[in-house]
Parts: sequence; C-alpha cells; structure tokens
Amino acid sequence: MAAPLTLLLIVAVTIRAVLFRSSLAELISERVEVVSPLNAWKRVVEGLALLDLGVSPYSGDVFHETPLMIYLFHFTVDYAEIVFMVSPYFVDCLSCLLASLDRAKIFRKQKYALESDRYPADCLELLRSPKEMFYIPLKVAMFYLLNPFTILSCVAKSTCGLNNAIIALFIFCTLKGSALLSGILLALATYQSIYPLTLFAPALLFFLQRLYIPVNLRRSSFWCFTLQYAFIYVGSLVVITGLSFFLLGSWDFIPSVYGFIFSVPDLTPNIGLFWYFFAEMFEHFRLFFICVFQINVFFYTIPLSIKLKEHPVFLIFMQIAIISIFKSYPTVGDVALYMAFLPAWSHLYRFLRNIFLVSCVLLACSALFPVLWHLWIYAGSANSNFYYAITLLFNFGQTFLIIRPLTRRRKHPGGFDNEVSCFKSSVWKSSLKS
Amino acid sequence: FDSRLPLVNRSDGTKNGETFAPAKDQFQEELVIRPLHSGDIYASFQFRTLWDTDFLQEGQKKVSHYRLFPKSLGQVLSKFSVQELHISFTQGFWRTMQWGQPFIPSPPGAELWVWFHDTVSDVDGNWKELTNVLSGIFCASLNFIDMTNTVQPSASFKPLGLGNATDHRFLRYATLPREIVCTENLTPWKKLLPCGSKAGLAVLMKSEKLFHSSFHSQAVHIRPICQDEQCTSKAWELRQTLNVVFDHYTSGQGKKEWSLFKMFSRTLTEACPLASSSKVYVDITDNPELFELSPATPLLSQAVVLGDRRTYSVYDLTRAETFGQLRSFNLLLRWKGDNMLRPLLHAERYVAGFGLQTGEIHTVIYNNHPYRAFPVLLMDSVPWYLQLYIHTLTVTSKSRDNKPSYIHYQPAKDRHRPHLLEMLIQLPPHSMTEVTVQFERALLKWTEYTPDPNHGFYVGSSVVSALVPSMVAMSTNFTQDQPLFSSFVPVKEESSYFVRVYTEPLLVNLPTPDFSMPYNVICLTCTVVAVGYGSFYNLLTRTFQVDEPSPPLAKRLANFIRRIRGVPLLA
Repeated sequence: MAAPLTLLLIVAVTIRAVLFRSSLAELISERVEVVSPLNAWKRVVEGLALLDLGVSPYSGDVFHETPLMIYLFHFTVDYAEIVFMVSPYFVDCLSCLLASLDRAKIFRKQKYALESDRYPADCLELLRSPKEMFYIPLKVAMFYLLNPFTILSCVAKSTCGLNNAIIALFIFCTLKGSALLSGILLALATYQSIYPLTLFAPALLFFLQRLYIPVNLRRSSFWCFTLQYAFIYVGSLVVITGLSFFLLGSWDFIPSVYGFIFSVPDLTPNIGLFWYFFAEMFEHFRLFFICVFQINVFFYTIPLSIKLKEHPVFLIFMQIAIISIFKSYPTVGDVALYMAFLPAWSHLYRFLRNIFLVSCVLLACSALFPVLWHLWIYAGSANSNFYYAITLLFNFGQTFLIIRPLTRRRKHPGGFDNEVSCFKSSVWKSSLKS
Repeated sequence: FDSRLPLVNRSDGTKNGETFAPAKDQFQEELVIRPLHSGDIYASFQFRTLWDTDFLQEGQKKVSHYRLFPKSLGQVLSKFSVQELHISFTQGFWRTMQWGQPFIPSPPGAELWVWFHDTVSDVDGNWKELTNVLSGIFCASLNFIDMTNTVQPSASFKPLGLGNATDHRFLRYATLPREIVCTENLTPWKKLLPCGSKAGLAVLMKSEKLFHSSFHSQAVHIRPICQDEQCTSKAWELRQTLNVVFDHYTSGQGKKEWSLFKMFSRTLTEACPLASSSKVYVDITDNPELFELSPATPLLSQAVVLGDRRTYSVYDLTRAETFGQLRSFNLLLRWKGDNMLRPLLHAERYVAGFGLQTGEIHTVIYNNHPYRAFPVLLMDSVPWYLQLYIHTLTVTSKSRDNKPSYIHYQPAKDRHRPHLLEMLIQLPPHSMTEVTVQFERALLKWTEYTPDPNHGFYVGSSVVSALVPSMVAMSTNFTQDQPLFSSFVPVKEESSYFVRVYTEPLLVNLPTPDFSMPYNVICLTCTVVAVGYGSFYNLLTRTFQVDEPSPPLAKRLANFIRRIRGVPLLA
C-alpha cells in the first residue's frame, strides 16, 4: 500500500512541476473554467500590489479574497508554487484516511451482518470484499491527484486548492472524532467561502452517531452536544472574523467577499449556471432570482440530513457535490473535490445504469469548453450561446452523476439497513413473510 | 498618316490585284501628374487607340482582324450599331473647390451613355442587350440598368465625335450611383489595353494603391472622329482614361514628398512597344520654386486646358535616355521648406492585444526637446468594465525601466466609479516613454449595452499635463491689454509654460451576450436547476414498498380451490 502510494505521489509531483515550468502555466491561469473572480491568482497578486501602493485591496472590485489570505500570501508570494503543490496532498492524504476509516467501519458492520445471516443471496453483490476495500484509499488518492481538473487548478495557482485542503482537513478531523478541531476548521472553511456552512449538519450527525447519542429532538443529550458543537463553530468564526478586522482595520472585506458571493455582480463566464442567467435577467426580477438560486444551495441540507442521518459520511459527499454544482462561481477545482470521493462508493457502480453516458457527457463538455470559448472570444465566429449550452450540459451531467449514487444508496444502502428492499428477490419476500 | 487603299469586295471573293494594306491603327499613352494645393496628387492616365475602319458601312466585309483595338469592344460596336459609347466607373466624389477641374469628369457610381446609329430600328432592345453585354465585359452590375433608370436627354449629351446630332431618340443615358468600383472592374479594363498591364504606363496600375485614394475613376470612351481637317476619312477612337487622386498627405499617412514608386509602388521601365507615343506630363505651372522635380528634364510644353494656360514638364518614354542608367524611371517631387515647428510634448495611445478577454493599453509620450528632461503628469480614467491590473503597469523610457515618482490609483467599483490613475513621470530628453497596463474585459448585463453593442465602448482620452521648458523667456507680468489667446493659462515662471496634451480616445469591444435570448436563457437554466431539484425531491420523499407480483391465473385458480378445500395455499 505504501509503495504504490509513493509512486503515485512522485508521478503527481512530476506532472505538476513540469507544467509549472512550461509556457502552459500562464495559459491555464487565464482560463475561465479553472479560475474565477473569487480565486484567481492574478487577483491575489493585484491585491498585494494595491496594498503596496497604500490602497486598500477592497476599495476596488478586483480582489475578493479574505484577509487571512493576504496574511498568508504576503509572506509566501514567492513560494506560491510550493504552497499550491502541497495543498492537493493534504486533500489526497486525508481522503485516503477517510476512505480507510470508513472502510474499517463498514467492514466491521458487514462482518456482523454476514454472521447474522440477514442478507439474501443476490444482495451479496453489494457487499464489498476485503480485497476490494483495500484498494479504495489508493483509488481515492489517484482520483484526486491525477484528475486533470485538479492538475489544472493547481498549475493555475487558484486558491480553490487551498479551500479544498481546508475542507479535507475538516473531514479528517471529523472522522477522527475531534469535535474542537472539526469546529475550528469548519469555521475556517466557512470563512473562506460561505457555502461549507451546510457541512455543519453532517458533521454534527457524525459526532452524534459516534457518541451514540440518538437524534431525538426531545432528548437533552442531543441538545447538549449540539449546543457545544455550535458554540465551538460560531466562536471560531467570530474569532477569525475579528482577526480579519484587525488586519486592515475596517469591515470592508465583508461586502467585498461575502456580499460578492451572494449578490453575484461580476458576470464573467464560468462553468456554472449563474453568469448567463443574470446577464440576461430582467432587472425587475434580479433580486428574486438571486435569492432563489442562493437558497437552492442551502435548501437541500435539512431534507438530506433527515433521510441520510444514518450515513453522515455520504451526506458530506452529497453536500460537497451540491455546493460545487450550485455555487455562484464554481470552477473545476470544486468539481475535482467531490469526484475524488466517488471511489469510496464504488460498490454502487455496478448498479449505475448511466455511468457510461454521464462520463461521456462530462468528458465531451470538458473538451468543448475551451473550443467554444475560443470561437466566441477569439475567432468571433460563435457567440455566447454556444459556451452557455455546454455549461448547461456540464451541470446536467454533474447532476446525474451525483443523483445516481444517491438513488442507489436509497435503494440499496450498503446492505446494513433494516428497511432495505430488493425488488427482484422472492427469497427476500419469503423471509419477510416468515 | 499613310494613304489607305480602299478595300474592294468582289462578289466572287477574289482579291484585287493589288496588295491589301491592313487597317492602320495606332496607340498613344500619356500620364499627367498635377500636384494639388492641399499637398495631394492628381494623376490622369489616357490611352488612345485610333483605328481606320468602319464597322457600320454597308457592303463592307465584316471586320475580323483586330490588332490594337480590343475585339470585345469591336464586336459590341458592330452588333449593336453603336455610334458612340461612353462608360465610366467612379469611386469617390471630385472635390472641385479643393482640386480644380478634372480633365475628364465623371459622376460617382457607374454612368453609361450611348448614341446608336440611325439605322437601328429597335433602340430599346439594343440598349437592353448592350447593357448586359457591357456588364459581362466590365464585371459590373450594369444589368440593373433598365427602363426604370434610363433617360433620353434632349440637349445635354450631344455626340462628342462625328454624327448627326438631330434625333435624340437614338441616345440613351443611365447612371447607377450605387455601383462600387473595385479590382474586379479594373482587371478587365486593363485587359482592353494593347500592352495589357505588362509594359508602358499601365504597369503602374496596381489596385492596392489605386483604390487607396480619395477619388478613382476609370472610363472608356468610343467615338468616330475625323482624321484630318477636311474629314475625308474617319477613324474610330477608343480612349481609356483613369483618374485618381492620392490623398496620403492630408490623411496623415505621408510627408509632402511624391514619387512614382510611392504612389503606385512601381517604377516605369519601358514604354509600350506598340505605342507610337508614350509621355509623362507634370504640371509645374503653379510654383516652380515650391517643389523640385527629379530627374530634371529640359522638355517643356504649354497647353491651354479648361481655360487656363499651364506649363508642363514632359518626359518622353519612347526615348531611352529617360530611363537613365538604372533602366527605371521614378519621378520624384519634393516640396521644399517643410519646417513645421515640432511640438516639444506629444502623446499617443492605443489598445494592444487580440480577442475579447484581455488587452493592453499603451500610452506613448514623446519628449522632443533636444537636451532638457522634464516631468509630466499622466492621468488616465478608464471605465469600470475594463478591469485594470495595476501590478502589470510598466513605464519604460529608451528601453529602460522608468519608475514614476508619484502614483495615485483609485480602483474602480463596479457600476459606481471608474479607475483613476495619476502618475508623475520624468521624461528623459529626446525620448519616447511607453506606459503599458493590462486589462480584462467584463461581460455586462444585457441592458447595460448601447443599442449598437458591436461598435464598441469608448474610453476617454488620457491627459498629459506638464510644464514644458520654454525656448523663449515669457513675461509674468499681468497686463490688461494682453490678447485673449495668450492669456488663458496664467504664467507662473518665465522659463516654462503649461501645456496639456490629450491623447486619442480608445474604442474597445466587449464580449456581448445574445440579446434575443432572455426568455430562453431563463427557461433553460431554470430547467437544469429544476431537474436537480426534482430528482432530489423524488428521492427524498418517495418511499419504497415491496410490491407483490400478482400470481398467474393457474395458480390463483389452484389457490382458490385449495381455500375451499381448506388445504394450505401454494406459494
């Protein structure tokens, strides 16, 4: 296990180093699919240059990073490449650990279930063999490190990589069981971009499950823990925000960062749904649709939490995926983060009907993005509708990609749930009857 | 002219005992160059072919041997019984007040007027066919000439050659003012010349230079003329004329200096071998001291043209000495005394880059003072939809970095205020300083575009303000009777004066969304979001039940019987 992992790491570092030194680095850092106004490296450099000129970076509309990023890059701007190379490894190592932890847990549960002989014959396919599960961490690492989306995002020095690293750290601390660290990291992730706020619910559910506290609104132990966790989270958030205030001595960063994320004033094309929608929106309805689209991101938290309260890890995956698709300025780095977790649920693959179709759609869209961009912006022979169409298709494909595991999860939730249902099995029906 | 033997046709087709002399035709070419007062040049080419033959005489053997006269035109003349044909194609408008009178006038667009022979019975039919044939010959859309735009002027267009000018029923006149002249019209016109565009004056006719002018007109005039005073014999005259006015000086693309090479990008190497005369005339009437002409020529000629006696220098191309040692003749006119005062401070600005995503603004400031350096204050106000990146700002003088001593930058706030950049730059003497800054173009909301979005967006001029060192001491006294033009800017010190230079505004294109699509975009995007929402809703609210498939009929019947019997049922 260690040897293939090391080999993988070496290959990934080599690819990134080669790309950093080549002329492609500049080309990639300009691509709108890879960088957005929120996390472009060019804007970070611009913000630092403004600071040097004595002008607050938030006085214009160019810089939308949080003040802690200014702190970080003020000292490491010359070593930016190393910073960005290191962050994917965070994500990678943590996903490995996540997978291995999950694997251990699932394995234990499966063993118990097998012994209790509760499974019908054809549901055995759903169970994962130990051999398969051994390779899941490696697969997860591979899916993340060698994913072209991740490589592009890293070479472009987009701060999305750092955000992904913080989220991965948060997941790691959650799985390890450390509520304090988890709360602090979640606060940091929320501070960077608001959307990880929705990860509060799955983290809470995980801790409750781990501490064997039943999720019952009438129980005092539930409220006790919830308040504790919320206090840690909100407290860290307040502290971090206060620190940011003291950096520049003003609250300018709040409208510049969070106001920008919510009100979507910049309509630069990206792979998301917001830009063209609000470029063509009637002024009268603009506020209404901004609210609708932003609520859409946060809306699925409670229903999903209710349905998936037994599977908080899967819930984290779903939440990350929803954020990546429906956030206001998505980039391929966000897509890469949830794609990395797909191998952890590889046992559901055999039942995914449309996996071939979905992956073809995503591949084709990724290839067509730069082509149609070039035709619109440089050749002048296409117009914005072409690029917009591919954006729609890409998001469609992503939606199907994450709905399918959820469908399968609901229908065959890993086999260790009492209310599972196998349509085709008459043996199962007879065991119900008897 | 040689005497011609009459062509005698015998009914039995045998020839005369005497030898036939072939029909005599002769070709002359000339070019007149007239410098205009505004610094531009008027060049007029004329090519004349004279042919002793008569297309229209009865009992004549049909003409089939063409030498210098183009066959296509000869066939047209004989088929449609044309007495006179005048056709011209013009691009631009002749500015009489600035340029004087042209040698051969023509209206903008295409103009065709024809006198038919009085033996023609159906003039309209002939006219229609003639316009179509000419349309093919000249690659022009003369087929748009029909009865709706043809007239029969009664007095204005008398025949310019021989002919009984009595019955204007045989005259037709039409113009197409919308007709555009381009290389496709020039090429067949050049093919009508005997030497084509291979030798003689026609080598100068390069379309990329000819059409890059204020005025371009090419014409064909065919008429019968007398050969001598008593008009004992007639000949057909074909004149092809090309008039062009080059405006490189007034449009700022050149200095007041002309040469054949500069105008036509070719020089003359030989006269047309088929030409009996090939001459270049240069009008030197106005002011012999105003410009100098080289190579010099002793030949002068005087002519009365359009009521004015003018003197011309003549260059005879049929003589080998004209071409000199290099076997190439390049006429050069240089205006003397061009001592315009060069300003000490001058600035230009342009946009570099390609595509609709990024770009670069370059501001170039020239310090023309020979030995003094002075600081200038550059102010740039760029609209918010061009996002400037101040970390890409570079200032270079004489290819070295020149750091401004003071920079005031106020970044733009989207839809609130523009960028403001002010810099104090020290300009080294006699140098060019370049200030560059990169920008990104934003996609605006569809309502924020102007009605003609592809025209582009304007960026206001940069302002360069400076105290320029003065060559002349200025007085700082305030006097009441100073003229107004010298008292606008208060003079603070004697040795320098305040000057403000504005650069060009910029025109920048922004990427545009499709303006016809608001409903479509809203519907499609909402569909994608709804698909996601709907799938989630389905999955989260649907409950799964075990569905017992209904047993087949035989089994049901068997179970029914068993129930009656009281025996356990089948599965």
